Amino acid sequence: MAKRLDLKDVDIYYGSFQAVDGVTLSIPPNSVTAFIGPSGCGKSTVLRALNRMHEVVPGARVEGEVLLDGEDIYAPNVDPVSVRRTIGMVFQRPNPFPTMSIRDNVVAGLKLQGVKNKKVLDEVAERSLRGANLWNEVKDRLNKPGGSLSGGQQQRLCIARAIAVQPEVLLMDEPCSALDPISTLAIEDLIANLKKQYTIVIVTHNMQQAARVSDQTAFFNLRATGEPGRLVEIGDTEKVFSTPTEKATEDYISGRFG
Amino acid sequence: MSTTIDLDEPAVGPTFTPISTGRKIRNGIAAVLVTLAFLVAVVPLVWVLWTVIAEGLSVVLRPGWWTQSLNGLLGRQQGGGAYHAIYGTLMQSLIAAAIATPIGILVAIYLVEYGAKSRLARATTFMVDILTGIPSIVAALFVYAVWIAILGFDRSAFAVSLALVLLMVPVVVRSTEEMLRIVPDDLREAAYALGVPKWKTIVRIVIPTALSGMLTGISLALARIMGETAPMLILVAYAPFINYNVFAGNMASLPLLMTVERANPTEAGSDRIWGAAITLILIITVFQLIAALLSRVTAPKTK
Repeated sequence: MAKRLDLKDVDIYYGSFQAVDGVTLSIPPNSVTAFIGPSGCGKSTVLRALNRMHEVVPGARVEGEVLLDGEDIYAPNVDPVSVRRTIGMVFQRPNPFPTMSIRDNVVAGLKLQGVKNKKVLDEVAERSLRGANLWNEVKDRLNKPGGSLSGGQQQRLCIARAIAVQPEVLLMDEPCSALDPISTLAIEDLIANLKKQYTIVIVTHNMQQAARVSDQTAFFNLRATGEPGRLVEIGDTEKVFSTPTEKATEDYISGRFG
Repeated sequence: MSTTIDLDEPAVGPTFTPISTGRKIRNGIAAVLVTLAFLVAVVPLVWVLWTVIAEGLSVVLRPGWWTQSLNGLLGRQQGGGAYHAIYGTLMQSLIAAAIATPIGILVAIYLVEYGAKSRLARATTFMVDILTGIPSIVAALFVYAVWIAILGFDRSAFAVSLALVLLMVPVVVRSTEEMLRIVPDDLREAAYALGVPKWKTIVRIVIPTALSGMLTGISLALARIMGETAPMLILVAYAPFINYNVFAGNMASLPLLMTVERANPTEAGSDRIWGAAITLILIITVFQLIAALLSRVTAPKTK
């Protein structure tokens, strides 16, 4: 089942450099939240802090609380691996595993967690590929390598792979920025479907996309170059795009800066 | 078009010009130089191969070359074979490979996946670079000093293997390191995001992706140590008979057979040298072919 995410006064550092300052926001279950803002404003950093992926960078740390249904994912005894099992992620560039077939790519998460039952894996593969609107295109070539698909198909394969482990939350880091408009549309339709089962957070540079797919929008910005990024405004997408409370949001959305 | 008048001439010169004579000449000179360099590199190679095959082919086709030793034969007597030396070369280098490959791969994994830019990793890279250039006779003398002089073991084929390990590890480390580094970080992150622990990501995602190149590197390292001679000269003595025990007694190997028979002025002696040479080249070629095949099978596919 989808769960809610709450951020309470989150600061993110890379070594001594503070990248993000004091972000507080709530993401309700079964909703799509879009993070928008100019490059370098920390929106991807915040996204990666939501499943502890930023820890891959040495020296990165988070202060404040990130709560998944009230449970702090940064509590001292929490294994980051278990956090990532619960909060999945789709990346900017499609990254299927090159040594694996389409089917094995989809079930990679389960297989690497030790599931061996072929019947279970086949079922999960079909269900996930259907969930990612890819089943009809690949059902006759499940044993072909993942790299044989087109870019848009590869990205849907990666989404299928992410939902195969049945996370509660799905994080998407500019999932359409490497795709053409038709593939982008396919992914956006998919996001609308996935919302029924998952809580979705999507980072995007494309404001029309944010307006199309999201329920609420969070606008991030820097006070000045070299300063940490911060959350300027969060609200219902409709309201943020029509009557934003902050002038910076209005300027950004109307294209006057950024 | 035969009645062109001045008015039809373009008012300005053409935009495109023909290739200038100077460039044609420079191009010609460069082409000749490049071709000459190619010939200078290839001619000796073909020559060596041709000589070895011409002199040695009849020897390795003799009955018994691949199945018999030289036990009991006098220097001038024809006959016998190189089985004892082939066994020695294979055993010594395969034992060395069996020890050096896991060490080399683990060091490379440490350097790429765990060490990052730590001081220990930098120091290790530096040491590996130095070890790559270490002359084989120095490695042999080091093993002699430690294994035989200090620890008191006898000279044996295993001591040779230990010296070969010293020569092979840095080559395996460097080539594996290169291959692991070109695995995109995207794949590691994709695995982490699925809730896969780091060690499993390395074993199941990173290594399979890099495996093809790693195999090529290991086979090149194996080819390098198979032709080594210095460790055999120092750490084990030649035996014309078959010795299956790598831990005791003298043992032949193909390079050693060649060195020893060089003192044999008879035709039988020179036949054995050419035969051993072609045998060594063949063995290395077979290993390279197997490696190339494995590397093709394990390479990531896109179709």
